Amino acid sequence: MDKIINPSRRAFLKTGTTLGVGLTLAFYLPVGGAARMKAGQGTDKPFAPNAFIRIAPDDTVTVIVKHLEMGQGVNTGLPTLVAEELDVPWEKIRVETAPADAKLYNNLLWGPMQGTGGSTAMANSFEQLRRAGATARAMLIAAAADNWKVDTNTLVTLDGMVLHRPSGRKASYGQLAEKAATMPQPAEVALKSPQDFKYIGKQFKRTDSKAKSNGSAQFASDVRLPGQLTALLARPSVFGARLRRVQTERAKAVPGVRAVVEVPQGVAVIATDFWSAKKGRDALQIEWDESGGARVSTTEQRDQYLALLNQPGKVARSEGDAAQALAQAAKKLEATFEFPYLAHAPMEPLSCVVQLKDSGCEIWAGSQSQTSDQATAAQILGIKPEQVKIHTLLAGGSFGRRANPASDYIAEAVSVAKATRDLSAPIHLMWTREDDIRGGYYRPMFVHAISAGLDAQGNPVAWNQRLVGQSIAAGTAFEGGLVKDGIDMTSVEGASNLAYAIPNLHVELHSPKLGVPVLWWRSVGHTHTAFSTEIFIDELAAAAGKDPYAFRRTLIQHPRLNGVLELAATKAGWGTPLAPKSGVRRGRGIAVHESFNSFVAEVAEVSVKPDGSFSVDRVICAVDCGIAVNPDQVRAQMEGGIGFGLSAALHSAITLKAGRVEQSNFHDYPLLRISEMPRVEVHIVPSQAAPTGVGEPGVPPLAPAVANALFAATGKRLRKLPFETSELRSA
Amino acid sequence: MIPIIVNGTPRSVDATPDTPLLWVLRDNLGLTGTKFGCGMAQCGACTVHLNGAPVRACMTPVSAAAGQKITTIEGAQGKAVKALQDAWVKLDVPQCGYCQSGQIMSAAALLAGNPQPTDADIDTALDGNLCRCATYQRIRAAVHQAARTMRG
Repeated sequence: MDKIINPSRRAFLKTGTTLGVGLTLAFYLPVGGAARMKAGQGTDKPFAPNAFIRIAPDDTVTVIVKHLEMGQGVNTGLPTLVAEELDVPWEKIRVETAPADAKLYNNLLWGPMQGTGGSTAMANSFEQLRRAGATARAMLIAAAADNWKVDTNTLVTLDGMVLHRPSGRKASYGQLAEKAATMPQPAEVALKSPQDFKYIGKQFKRTDSKAKSNGSAQFASDVRLPGQLTALLARPSVFGARLRRVQTERAKAVPGVRAVVEVPQGVAVIATDFWSAKKGRDALQIEWDESGGARVSTTEQRDQYLALLNQPGKVARSEGDAAQALAQAAKKLEATFEFPYLAHAPMEPLSCVVQLKDSGCEIWAGSQSQTSDQATAAQILGIKPEQVKIHTLLAGGSFGRRANPASDYIAEAVSVAKATRDLSAPIHLMWTREDDIRGGYYRPMFVHAISAGLDAQGNPVAWNQRLVGQSIAAGTAFEGGLVKDGIDMTSVEGASNLAYAIPNLHVELHSPKLGVPVLWWRSVGHTHTAFSTEIFIDELAAAAGKDPYAFRRTLIQHPRLNGVLELAATKAGWGTPLAPKSGVRRGRGIAVHESFNSFVAEVAEVSVKPDGSFSVDRVICAVDCGIAVNPDQVRAQMEGGIGFGLSAALHSAITLKAGRVEQSNFHDYPLLRISEMPRVEVHIVPSQAAPTGVGEPGVPPLAPAVANALFAATGKRLRKLPFETSELRSA
Repeated sequence: MIPIIVNGTPRSVDATPDTPLLWVLRDNLGLTGTKFGCGMAQCGACTVHLNGAPVRACMTPVSAAAGQKITTIEGAQGKAVKALQDAWVKLDVPQCGYCQSGQIMSAAALLAGNPQPTDADIDTALDGNLCRCATYQRIRAAVHQAARTMRG
């Protein structure tokens, strides 16, 4: 089981190298532009031993972070790795976001691409940044040894100082920086063993909490360049429709509107400020040609998907003979599960600033995929990708939305800038919330059917699952790496590698093609596969007359998966009765799932009122993510993942009618509110394994744990998301 | 020109009367700490204080604020705000951080009238402030922490 790789976003461009996980931890430490400093360049020059570290004469250590900070804590977790091996106290650490440069700053798990996603930031940086820190430390020691004419092995470091204990001499890193820049890079450095970690596992405070609590944190929406204009784009009425004609006079008459231009993506209104641009856009009179558009209606699409469940699909996994074993089973169960389209709805609507220059173009964005953003902009402008300079800013949430292989909002902004070149103004493209909810790139709608059989002793002997839903990777640069024999791994991840020991397992997939754009959404395929498999396992346990925890415990063979299952169950007091509350039915449910090489189990406790409405009172979560570099941020990501999963379970669905998205803002696409947030307890399994991701793995177990708790409370199985609480009414 | 008093300073802004206060703050005055999230008073990211009371700046026309006192996150001061900001940092509340200006402005208004809020009080006062990262549990804890600090 250890060798199963969850493929989301970590496979590799068609044209790229095929780095497997065995190779991905291989050391690659690029030398930064400022690295090859010559002696005598002045004492105000920093020491930049590699592309990730800069040490200044004032003893501050700047860590260059190659990943996007979108809330998941990379600006804290990644510098911790440097601090550990370089031996610097936290207050000396500064954080800087890396420029776009796939040669220096590629995601080692993605291949030759810079980007953030698939819960890979820590996993792909763990060795790279520690090695960066250890290399710098070795050069500082070498500098001190040279200054003091002593052997390097008589020197130690402590909190940003090199010490020579026999003589009592000491020098700070800042004092040694200039000299260190002249020392040769060591070919090999030793890294600390986990038992020697001083900072890893001890939870430094976030580096960005203060700026994010006083309004000073800078997001792409906040960029204000001299002469900047704001652009809003009118997009087609249905996906794939084309502009037939537009009347722009009224829009142009709005005070503040500077230009109205047609671009391949729609019609843009450019104004001095957001409100003028908005009024200008509202005043456009546009006729769209919908003949080539996707006139999808969700109700019909659902019927078609359900019909496909009865037809053979492409085989994603087949072990034994599930059909025969099912025919011979003592007891058979089957069920259908449904999942809607989902919008990411980050709190910061998409936005970026583009400035065209003689040298190329500069972009300010919360870029989650710098390499594809560069390529997209370069293609539109007819320049080279390296002429596209990206300033990666904080993102106000993303959840996958800004890691679009199509770089949609970047392409729009660059197209608008190109069409308004004569204005010589930086263009700030902004999306409204309506643009966001209706803008596509959704978690694909899916339906699953599972049938399974138990033998006379209640052991599962056959499991047959069929899934229907659009491929995310098809037609993108990720297709070559993620789609094998017609199976998009991100469609079946979590189902094709079912964790339960069932001798006859068969998984099939239909990937219908529709014009509704789809995209990875926090935890990708696991958003639906964990739900169907973890509910159906519960159903099998009930049919076998067994306890759902004990049933899972027996069937799971992976020790780390069982580890989190046991820990969550123990901490939740599994098997003890819940305290009764008057007027409600209470229940406890459990679910466990591996995603992105991390293991998470969650126990949910619910209270259901007679009218079917319910609250999730408490969630107990156990996570095994290898070494928890920053345990408090691991907890934060589990808390957030649980809230994100609950939001989808309770509320979220995007539906279409004749190609038009029926939702538009938070009143009809509601998100979880504070009054709905359960108490969350997170327990971390102690581990010395290499760290894996935590941004996504907290999401998948939540919805099935709640569904299983609702079953325990009411005897009703909810197999459709979002939950329809009317089904939970007391008789 | 419309006169408003922003963070204690009288300003005169060149905007049409229907312009939401949010865009006057962000685009005319460059005060970008107040955020745009929905434009229809559904998410609370744009919460500011108008004469001390929390309002959603995205649905407040600047004409309705003419001559009145507006406080944004940049100018928010006093014991409650300081205690809240300290608690936010101490408990590492923010994740992406985009909604937190609005959360703190709503929480400050709560503490101004209720020095010892319960979980239910906090949920009621902050239910209009969405956090997509779901930092809600820490927000609750940080409001309690700030209230304790203020009570001394």
